[in-house]
Amino acid sequence: MPGRLQEESLAGAAFYDLEGTLVSTNLVHTLGFYARRQTTLMQSITKTATTFLSLPVFAVTDQYSRKVFNDLYFQRYKGQSEDRLRYFAHDLFEDVIKPAVFPGTYELIEKSRSLGLRQVVITGALDLSVKPLMEHLGITEFVTNRLEFVNGLATGRLLPPVMAAATKASWIRTYSEREGISLSDSYAYTDSMSDLPMLSVVGHPAVVNPDMRLRQTALHHDWPILDLK
Amino acid sequence: MALQLRKKTHESVVYIDRDSAPRIIPSGEDFILEDLPIGTRVLYPNPPIKGLPNREAAIRYALNHPLGCDPLFAQLEPGMRVTIAVDDISLPLPPMATPDIRQTILEIVCDMLSGHGVDDVHIIIANSLHRKMTEWEMKRMAGQRIFDEYYPDRYYNHDAEWQDGLIKIGETKHKEPLSLNRRAAESDLLIYVNLNFVPMDGGHKSVAVGLCDYESLRAHHDPQTIRDSDSYMDPARSELNHKVIRLGKIVDEQLNVFHIETAINNRMYKGDMDFLTKNEDDFTAFDRMKFEAMRYTMGKMPRSARRKLLHSRPAQYELIACHAGKTDLVHEKIIAKGFEQYAIPVRGQADILITGIPDISPYNVYSILNPLLVQVMALGYHFNFYRNKPLLKKGGVMIVHHPCFDDFDHQFHPSYIEFFNRLLPETRDAFVLREKYEREFANNPSYVEMYRRGNAYHGAHPFFMWYWGENGRQHVGKVIAAGAETAHVPAILGWERADNLTEAIAMARSYMGNSAEITMLHQPMIGIADME
Repeated sequence: MPGRLQEESLAGAAFYDLEGTLVSTNLVHTLGFYARRQTTLMQSITKTATTFLSLPVFAVTDQYSRKVFNDLYFQRYKGQSEDRLRYFAHDLFEDVIKPAVFPGTYELIEKSRSLGLRQVVITGALDLSVKPLMEHLGITEFVTNRLEFVNGLATGRLLPPVMAAATKASWIRTYSEREGISLSDSYAYTDSMSDLPMLSVVGHPAVVNPDMRLRQTALHHDWPILDLK
Repeated sequence: MALQLRKKTHESVVYIDRDSAPRIIPSGEDFILEDLPIGTRVLYPNPPIKGLPNREAAIRYALNHPLGCDPLFAQLEPGMRVTIAVDDISLPLPPMATPDIRQTILEIVCDMLSGHGVDDVHIIIANSLHRKMTEWEMKRMAGQRIFDEYYPDRYYNHDAEWQDGLIKIGETKHKEPLSLNRRAAESDLLIYVNLNFVPMDGGHKSVAVGLCDYESLRAHHDPQTIRDSDSYMDPARSELNHKVIRLGKIVDEQLNVFHIETAINNRMYKGDMDFLTKNEDDFTAFDRMKFEAMRYTMGKMPRSARRKLLHSRPAQYELIACHAGKTDLVHEKIIAKGFEQYAIPVRGQADILITGIPDISPYNVYSILNPLLVQVMALGYHFNFYRNKPLLKKGGVMIVHHPCFDDFDHQFHPSYIEFFNRLLPETRDAFVLREKYEREFANNPSYVEMYRRGNAYHGAHPFFMWYWGENGRQHVGKVIAAGAETAHVPAILGWERADNLTEAIAMARSYMGNSAEITMLHQPMIGIADME
């Protein structure tokens, strides 16, 4: 859940989606990374192969519904040990995520921070993979998805609230009310059509590296279209 | 008065008579044919001054015989650090046929630098807060050879938002700060390659504006400065120019600048479109055929295709003067040459001024002339093309012919959209807009990123476009948008609308009287009404 901040209360905030928006990786990259690092070679091969074969299913379900996608996607973590996931989190950041940070990400955050806007990342990615990146970007406020673990093993389910689509917008509203943030003075950035509710609640929405659908929506609403690559 | 006015005074001043031909009026991407009321005075661009027969020789001569300093070759030493700054795509208009004059100058200068052992050379486009030029545009402007040798590491756009790439070089006694491109400011020699298109261009504006940051620019790009400039196309009476000269003094104290300025004639079109700048009474049968063929063809095309077609026709400008050396001395000569080309002696102000707005402006190259740009062309550029006093009487009516469509380029003009739709409905007061919203837009992280990493105009640029029309707004009594397709665009701009020119003239006469003197600027034209 959101790491609380020591920053003073300010008028506006910048809300960022993460994967595809600030970094070029997506959820599947993380899954693939862990699939290759199973306890035995055979498990690694099997897990990698099944992950690879699942890609078309992920692609189709993501177009259909982010909720269905999440249900299917996080099932892939079922049975994995929490220790192991946390142990490789640093390697995941150094090898996969850090090189994937868009060059414009640093500029955007720096400019936004210089205006006194609170920096908040809202992502459907897992907490264990996001934390090192947040430290790298100097962002102390972030909200992620969290896997449910029983006896140290992932159940393949997420703990509520599941960060996706309308939940993100709802979280932003609650957060803003609690923190005294003016939504009309706030910014939101995302690359995904599923985050349309998040864009809709702030005064300054912007899309980043959008796909065709989101680009058309942005054009229709006259929202800025950024390319951080 | 009227009879005296109708005496033939200059070849570029034509009066509509009983048997005069209808006039061609550009209206966005269209060209319409309209009969004007008898007695209407029509101003045409002057005939083009003959271009210099050998422009390479003229440029070499200027470099070797500079004004107020040593020749360029004598200032070069092996190992020195040199930056060449060059005007951006906002001029000339339309973009000129290749090779661009800037390409010729760059090739000559770069060869000279190389021949003198100067290898540390960067070429920077002095785009200020304009959009950055695209790779294709940069190649077209500089030519393949320069592009291949310097792009992208040593041939790039100025970035007014890259803090590490800027350095404060001073402040005037009027508290106007000046921060410039660090590479340019820290070079042993800064060579500026200018192309002068209107009298507002060139001189100290080249470096002090072209390579500065937002904070430096806002010190003089403000409504009061524009109000105090009568007009900003007349350097002697332009407060904007006076402020820029103050900044130029700091530049001259801190930097070693070798200024190369060029003047071009006004041969905008030739061949298939040359009739657009001719007096319709002098049209040959072939001219009429060309016009009808163009109108027929364009009438079959959608607007975007018409726009594309017009933007694909390069201008045929020719070099008429080139000088180099110290900025003030060089600029004085180039301005004089420019006025020789552009000045049209005019006696008597008009009650009603008609101007068609063609799809040509410094800010919509390969893009859309959005409503804010229509405004800046009408109340900014077209209104300000005068010397001594405005062509239009105080309180007169300006008729603008344009479809006034509500269309914006999301890639180039993102902040314009918000400015037009969110701010203008709240207020059209330039002072309020500046105080309340300018910094918000300038610092909007999305607009900053789109300027830096994309090809968007800076977030503050739409404000400058609005201030640019401040003179016109204060002076005119009414603006009527003739041929406006929409009602809300003229309304947001504070204008009235009319279906066509005839209706607009009738409306204007109802305000100004039936004996109102009417003058039309025959667009497209670059010309300065030199008022007696």
